[in-house]
Amino acid sequence: MTDGYYLAAFILVSALATLATRLVPFLFFERHTEHPLVQHLGRYLPAAVMALLATVFLQRSANWGAGIPGLDALIPGILVIAVHVRRGNALLSIAAGTIAYMAIQQTGILTGGY
Amino acid sequence: MNQNVFKLTLPILFGYLPLGMAFGVLFTTQLDHPWWIAPLMGLVIYAGAGQILAVSLLAANAGLVEVAVAMFVLNARHLFYGLSLLGQFRGAGWRKSYLIFGLTDETYSLLTSRPRSGDKQHEQAVDFRITAFNQLYWVAGCTVGALLGEWVAFNSTGIEFALVALFIVLTIEQFKALGDGFPVWTGALAAGIAMVMVPPTHQLIAAIAIVTGILLLHYRHHCATTSQAETSHD
Repeated sequence: MTDGYYLAAFILVSALATLATRLVPFLFFERHTEHPLVQHLGRYLPAAVMALLATVFLQRSANWGAGIPGLDALIPGILVIAVHVRRGNALLSIAAGTIAYMAIQQTGILTGGY
Repeated sequence: MNQNVFKLTLPILFGYLPLGMAFGVLFTTQLDHPWWIAPLMGLVIYAGAGQILAVSLLAANAGLVEVAVAMFVLNARHLFYGLSLLGQFRGAGWRKSYLIFGLTDETYSLLTSRPRSGDKQHEQAVDFRITAFNQLYWVAGCTVGALLGEWVAFNSTGIEFALVALFIVLTIEQFKALGDGFPVWTGALAAGIAMVMVPPTHQLIAAIAIVTGILLLHYRHHCATTSQAETSHD
């Protein structure tokens, strides 16, 4: 039951936090769109947050105790970059990296060490 | 009008169905919750990267404060979409709340790039339908994916890498749009510092705080150099 409460609270909090990002400009910024700080953050924050998330979750999906530490996630990560730079198709890049990672994890070829 | 809207949103359909399915499959294969929670999240949260991040936060039993901060910051780019649509949505009446709720990356790009006539009321009605069609595609994708993950037995070990891949793709897209590597290195550096200094449960919040701090310093520095340049001109 507590599980159900947690899930409900989780979804509510996620929905409200997401809605806030969409609603705040219409509530508070009707007159501040030209403020240089707003424009500065608008320019740099999205890219910085994406890079931050990519780094944190790439590190978490890697096995740092393997023969060559982290290679099991770095190879699929580099594959995503290579495919995306060449083809520019988001879904193709995501599929390529995910399938490569799944193959590595399921065959255990790079995750050895245990 | 619906036929026109469908044509306009067709590219979004091809993007949202598979990404929504990826979320749905991830949801049912990674978590023990009933499948219909996945489309429910598509209905009330309606954010692609946010929902996929939510799967990993749910799996980690993350604290609600961390969830709120992570979701807010991940979706912070929406703040800037809203800023550029203040005028376009003005006077949209009852449609306005839904237009704001449904402001995803894809909807934003469509609403800001499509040709518009002088009839503001009519254009806002079209905007409304575009938003609704897009969400329909998204929820459909979430549903199909969740059912697939539930019914089709396959070894899904490692499928959670889709999240990492998505973030890498979005980083490259941001970098291409900006043509400036500074924020990318800042984000990666902040993540690195947080991962070394802070235990995993607080890494996300710490990294976000560091990034915001660096950007504020960068802003002050930026202001100082421009005002210096201005005074030396005088």
